[in-house]
Amino acid sequence: MRHRFDVRIGPVSFRIGSDWRAPIAALEALYSGYPRDCMVPDYTVRLEATRPWRRWIRSSVKIGGDHMLPEALPLPLAQGLLAAEMGMNLQVALGERRFLLLHAASVERDGRALILTGESGSGKSTLSALLMGAGWRFLGDEFVLLDPETGALHPFPRAISLKNESIAAVGAHVADNRFGPLLTDTPKGTIRHLRPDVRAIADMAVPAAPAMILFPRYGLPESVREVLPGETFVRLTQASTNYTALGERGFGALTRLVTALPALAIDYPDTDSALDRVAALWRSQ
Amino acid sequence: MHYLSAGSGALKAVELDTLTAIYDRRSGQTHVVVSPVPEILEALLFPRTLGGLIAALGADDDDATRAILTERLKELRDIGLIDRS
Repeated sequence: MRHRFDVRIGPVSFRIGSDWRAPIAALEALYSGYPRDCMVPDYTVRLEATRPWRRWIRSSVKIGGDHMLPEALPLPLAQGLLAAEMGMNLQVALGERRFLLLHAASVERDGRALILTGESGSGKSTLSALLMGAGWRFLGDEFVLLDPETGALHPFPRAISLKNESIAAVGAHVADNRFGPLLTDTPKGTIRHLRPDVRAIADMAVPAAPAMILFPRYGLPESVREVLPGETFVRLTQASTNYTALGERGFGALTRLVTALPALAIDYPDTDSALDRVAALWRSQ
Repeated sequence: MHYLSAGSGALKAVELDTLTAIYDRRSGQTHVVVSPVPEILEALLFPRTLGGLIAALGADDDDATRAILTERLKELRDIGLIDRS
């Protein structure tokens, strides 16, 4: 392809090829400071014109790669960065076999990791970004990488995808030069990507031991409920894109995780109360 | 007629709480079950008749128990966790 971007994020390396320069330039800016040493990348993403003339006329980006979804709709070139991010997500979601993937965010303190999991829109990305600003090490906001052999979480600190109101909520605490462009009218509304902080990037090869699972829900009256291992197990299998593919390794890793860790469902009306609640729960361990 | 569980070579069970997760190595499927399924599978590590199973579970051998257990055993056969011979 005409333009190329290589990047390593935690244990995963990508090569993104593009028919246009613009998405590559956006990736270079957003992933500034990340390792670029990928002799043989784990995954390839291709940002391709849907038709040859679409490279120049009403440019439309088809997301291709080692793993693809034929039914995925193309995106306008103005959302090329989003297409690249979606492509990276797709490669990991469909191709990863070294780690059990959980659709969750995670942060670490004193070598121990907090897993934030829940449905899309529950606020886990926003909460993980704010916890990063409050001194936690950011490990990732899209996937948690659980090592089936050691039980450790491996950081995967991709750019954080903030949506709609979350952009302003996090933007009030973070310098603007860590943000990517504002992308409007996307399939998920308005999106802006945030580069994790220097510490998350510098320590991306340092795993952490999982210590607690939280199911956060934003915008509800404050409450805390214990979640038993059985419910946690079922919800996490639903949140995994490769649990079935990993077979008994995945079963063993997940049952060990849910039987070893406390899990709580926390509802909170605003981000300040969420941060206070998380701090209190962490201290109480 | 005897019933027999697929056994520990095929099944890996982990007790979570009131739920038990069972991984079937033959199919790759995961089942999440509640009592008395784990107890039934444990009792059927050896071939048993319906009456023998009821006795192993320590239940009353009456029509109601036989009807309920027959239904559970059919469900377990349908998902491949036990066989009948």
